[in-house]
Amino acid sequence: MPEGASLKGRALVRGTAQAGALTSDEPLSFWGGYDQLTGEIIDRRHPLSGENSAGKILVLPASRGSSTTAAVLLEAVRRENAPAVIITLGTDRFLTLAAIVAEEMYGRTVGIVSVDATGFASLAGASEIKVDDDGTVTRID
Amino acid sequence: MTLQLSDKDRAFLDGEHGPAGRFAMSILVRMAEAQDASAMLDISSAHIDSTVYQGEATMEFAEHLAGLGGKVLVPSSVNVSGVDQEGWKDWAVPEDWAMKAYRQMQAYQNMGCTPTWTCAPYQTAMRPHFGQQIAWGESNAIAFANSVIGARTERYPDLMDICAAITGRVPALGLHLDENRHGDLLLRLVDVPLAVQQDDTFCTVLGYLMGKIAQERIPVIEGVAVEPSEDDLKMLGAGGASAGAVALFHIVGVTPEAPTTAAAFGGRTPTERHDIDLATLREARAELTTGLGETVDMVAIGSPHFSLAEFKQLVPLLAGRRRSDNVEFLITTSRMMRALAEQAGLLEPLREFGARITVDTCILTTPMLPDNIKTIMTNSAKYAYYSPGLLNARVVFGGLADCVQTAVAGKVERDDAVWGA
Repeated sequence: MPEGASLKGRALVRGTAQAGALTSDEPLSFWGGYDQLTGEIIDRRHPLSGENSAGKILVLPASRGSSTTAAVLLEAVRRENAPAVIITLGTDRFLTLAAIVAEEMYGRTVGIVSVDATGFASLAGASEIKVDDDGTVTRID
Repeated sequence: MTLQLSDKDRAFLDGEHGPAGRFAMSILVRMAEAQDASAMLDISSAHIDSTVYQGEATMEFAEHLAGLGGKVLVPSSVNVSGVDQEGWKDWAVPEDWAMKAYRQMQAYQNMGCTPTWTCAPYQTAMRPHFGQQIAWGESNAIAFANSVIGARTERYPDLMDICAAITGRVPALGLHLDENRHGDLLLRLVDVPLAVQQDDTFCTVLGYLMGKIAQERIPVIEGVAVEPSEDDLKMLGAGGASAGAVALFHIVGVTPEAPTTAAAFGGRTPTERHDIDLATLREARAELTTGLGETVDMVAIGSPHFSLAEFKQLVPLLAGRRRSDNVEFLITTSRMMRALAEQAGLLEPLREFGARITVDTCILTTPMLPDNIKTIMTNSAKYAYYSPGLLNARVVFGGLADCVQTAVAGKVERDDAVWGA
């Protein structure tokens, strides 16, 4: 996707942000893969290992593995170390659930946007992304 | 697709079953809408993985629901917690953590959950039956319930499982529906020697490989020439649910929905075929080890929780021997399995060997290990997969006999002959 072009995703949990992006085509288990105390990605087998995604726009195909992924994301929200928005390829119920509970419990939003395969591919390698409340995703850089 | 709610669902949303019921149903309905479900369906049991303590958020969530008067509507077992209620002081668990994890345990018991505290609920009296609609959390338990028993559950996130238990309802989706339970891809064992298939790490390695290849899809495995035990299948599912998100697998001739390859695929054509030979398996097995050196600080086994049958396999391997002073030997299991092992006279030889037992939890879910544990040997794909990230530890993978031998020798001693090294 050229810079400045937009695609329409589906806002599963509405959120708005413009921030640095971290993108990968590898799924990530947040349990054992995401440090809720810092926002660092700590799955040493994952390509984003060592990156800090707090406040960023995290683009992943899906979560993976453990059911505890939702709890890790909820704790990260509580500690303000969660990504601002997570964009997934299709609906990821673990991340969506955590974001819904975070809203209900803490009144804080992590936007969750699902995009299709073409949209997902067009975000590969993006360094900055803007997400609107209605699920519109714009690649800035 | 528009979500059709039943009168029962609306009664929950309207608060007729109290504020906890309304809270739980509103989350379930938002999830049903996000996933395009057209209806909700009844479940008759739940396994609650929300018990895993991840910090104050999980405790606050549990206490919030319990404080709203939440009670489970269906029989609900509980997964591991964040603390071995009675034994935590023997380890490095900070007191603040123990107290909060204990509060979280209490909240789930107050909501009427049965205190099983195990990640292997399928090896308790609360095991579901074929075809039963259930809402289970804990990735390995989900894989086992769907695949080995033929019960029907989606892969539920923590926090959602308790909402299902409180309302007895879930979105009618995915693996709850027969038409979504057929295989997607075929994994065919090709020329894998019988001796390898009989090795006690075979199913664990195969599960890890299955997870890597299948990710969240449904794999069908063909060509298994041995009869895997329940514990073998438990290890296989745990590997698949760690390296991938496998919630249902079929093994032709072994699991109940796969009498034949055609039946496992429901007449459809596999979207992918993968041949798995000895070299592929050997490579996967090697990946489970991240730190093959001389030294090991601890042997940790029992993920998923050690069963009575596994205690019976272990005891003859270590009877009359003694672990090296340099290698801790830890078994993680449930209170119930420990009691059964005690009754069977299996704990005395373990004590003489120098083994220790932790219940209610595991090394991944409670901060029990002291800092000097840098390298862990295990026969578990789940411990092997998660320990590097969660515990910052190196891992050596091996069979049960290798684990015992290493603990005795005080350094890594694996017999890999059957794998052709």
